[in-house]
Amino acid sequence: MKKITVRSWGNQQAQPNNFHTPWWRDELIDSLGDSNLACGNLRSYGDSCLSNNTLISCRHLNRFIEADFENGSITVEAGISLKEILDIIVPRGWFLPVVPGTQFVTVGGAIANDIHGKNHHHEGTFGCHVTDIHLLRSDKKTLICSQNKHPELFAATIGGLGLTGIITIATLKLKPIASPFLEVESKPFYSLNEFYALNAAAEKNFEYTVSWIDSQSEGQLKGIFICANFTSKQKKHHPKKAKSLPVFLPGFFLNSHTVKLFNQLYFYFNKNQSKHTRIQHYSDFFFPLDSIHHWNKAYGKKGFYQYQCVLPMPHAKQYMSDILNAITASKLASFLSVLKTFGDKPSPGLLSFPQPGITLALDFSNKGEKTTALFKQLNRIVEQAGGRIYPAKDAQMNADLFHKSYSDNINAFTAQIDPKFSSTFWQRVNNHEQ
Amino acid sequence: MNNSTPNKQALILGATSAIATAVSQQLQSAGFSLCLVGRNATKLKAISDDLIAKKTDQQNVTSHCLDFNDPDATSTLFQKLKTELPSIDITLIAHGILPDEAQCKTDEATLNHMIDTNFTSQLKLLNKVAERYKEQGQGNITVISSVAGDRGRKSNYVYGSTKAAINTYCSGLRAELTAHNVNLLVVKPGFVDTPMTQHIQPKGALWTSPEKVASDIIKAIKKKKSTLYTPFFWKYIMLIIRNIPEKIFNKLNF
Repeated sequence: MKKITVRSWGNQQAQPNNFHTPWWRDELIDSLGDSNLACGNLRSYGDSCLSNNTLISCRHLNRFIEADFENGSITVEAGISLKEILDIIVPRGWFLPVVPGTQFVTVGGAIANDIHGKNHHHEGTFGCHVTDIHLLRSDKKTLICSQNKHPELFAATIGGLGLTGIITIATLKLKPIASPFLEVESKPFYSLNEFYALNAAAEKNFEYTVSWIDSQSEGQLKGIFICANFTSKQKKHHPKKAKSLPVFLPGFFLNSHTVKLFNQLYFYFNKNQSKHTRIQHYSDFFFPLDSIHHWNKAYGKKGFYQYQCVLPMPHAKQYMSDILNAITASKLASFLSVLKTFGDKPSPGLLSFPQPGITLALDFSNKGEKTTALFKQLNRIVEQAGGRIYPAKDAQMNADLFHKSYSDNINAFTAQIDPKFSSTFWQRVNNHEQ
Repeated sequence: MNNSTPNKQALILGATSAIATAVSQQLQSAGFSLCLVGRNATKLKAISDDLIAKKTDQQNVTSHCLDFNDPDATSTLFQKLKTELPSIDITLIAHGILPDEAQCKTDEATLNHMIDTNFTSQLKLLNKVAERYKEQGQGNITVISSVAGDRGRKSNYVYGSTKAAINTYCSGLRAELTAHNVNLLVVKPGFVDTPMTQHIQPKGALWTSPEKVASDIIKAIKKKKSTLYTPFFWKYIMLIIRNIPEKIFNKLNF
């Protein structure tokens, strides 16, 4: 049988020897081979969802098993997407405590990457709201893991990048909301210090905070600070009909000039919006890019890299300036750079990415050597700062940086890995020759 | 069909099929109550639990495990359904199998099983459903056939012939039901990504998903269509295929 090519969101590729898409949970056991990895919607930017051996897509395993809409708890097959969940729970007055920037990730992916959202300082990560996980291991047994049952495996699976087994079912706690709408405020800022001041003031009163910054504004940083809460106020909402980018655009489309122009227009438009509070539907506030399906193709066939790091307190501010200066100096354009602070709510996950500090996420076109050189420079700063890179986004971190930055828990985690599970990412960050 | 009309009811026969599952989901979102009938108890429960978790309080989801090749059990169920479902707005007949063509030609058991499942059981179900609908004097019956029934091709004519048989049967039944204000829709999907076609790799540009097919089916039911090719371009592909002159067609290898 011809091998198919599987791509992640940033267009990293793998050609698995065996690619399975079971329709029922009891077909999973027969899909297992000698070296396995489960995948969901392949929305990781790098290679954490890829394998050249046996890759098992759980996308058809997307059913609800049970729902308690009185107390706010659901049990679902892990291949279900957050969108499929929200479509059902929002009309019933519930939301997911933690959502990322897209609804098109699966529950399995959300757990395996221990994703975070705009409210980390309030609610922590996705794993903080998972009650239990059913895990299928290569010995063909399914274990039910929680804080009380197989707690080491539970902790290793949250943020465990699929390496402990296949997450087949999960029980999630929901949070009540007054309506599908949020009250959103935004304010422009013109320096990192201004950002820190706005952020510190807003975090007490706003559940959701995030900033978009223009990383190309030489010398003078500028950005838009956004904060929001769910509200009981409502307005008419016409769901945007999603458009789709059907083909990869030519590589020169998103270059430093077009990106600079976009960033300037975006800043100008949002600066003017900031004069008043506005009401936004959750799909527009949380998932603005989802209305353009396959937006990743705008980066062309070479794809792109997302670089997301966290710099821990107390020296975060100093190192963040260094990072931003390095990016500006490289003249490599970053489209939609996001800046946010992480709070101190701990995650149960051993390899969980967030630490109390500041996180920055940037998209870079794949410009080959230039991009690699910039990332190496940024990695050195992150290492000095005692910070980390986010595996869900990473495609180029080397083994030393990975082991150093996750050194607290890496041994406890490795002890829980299923010997017959691996990924391209895991092979890369264990190849200490690099 | 709209959400404000209470108690719209659909009967889904072959409920564990991927297309039937997608139709069930979309009908439930549109306010329908569902009665699911299928052969595999585990799969039926998984689908039923999913729909029960997602339904509103005004909707019902019931399920019955049944092998349509068992005539006595089928009769018993239809008796039961007379009281369980006082009226039915949509009945979907979606069960079917796609065994290996070569095996159908060499192994009589495989051949008989396919004919029984794809043709005989569908015909008998349609008889029973039609009786019910004639009493009702309104509603829709939808049958999932295939483009393979439009013309027998070298590669899949044994399967195709069971679909062609159902097409002809439905054509006559439709005429009979018109006088009773009942609409009969025959759905002819092309290549659909389902468990039935799992073994066919790779899947190319002509392939579609069960969700898209379900959406097309529901639109066609609303419009009271008689035949639906899904995706739409199969109508034109099959128009060409049906009209290729025999001499040329016989030399083709597909």
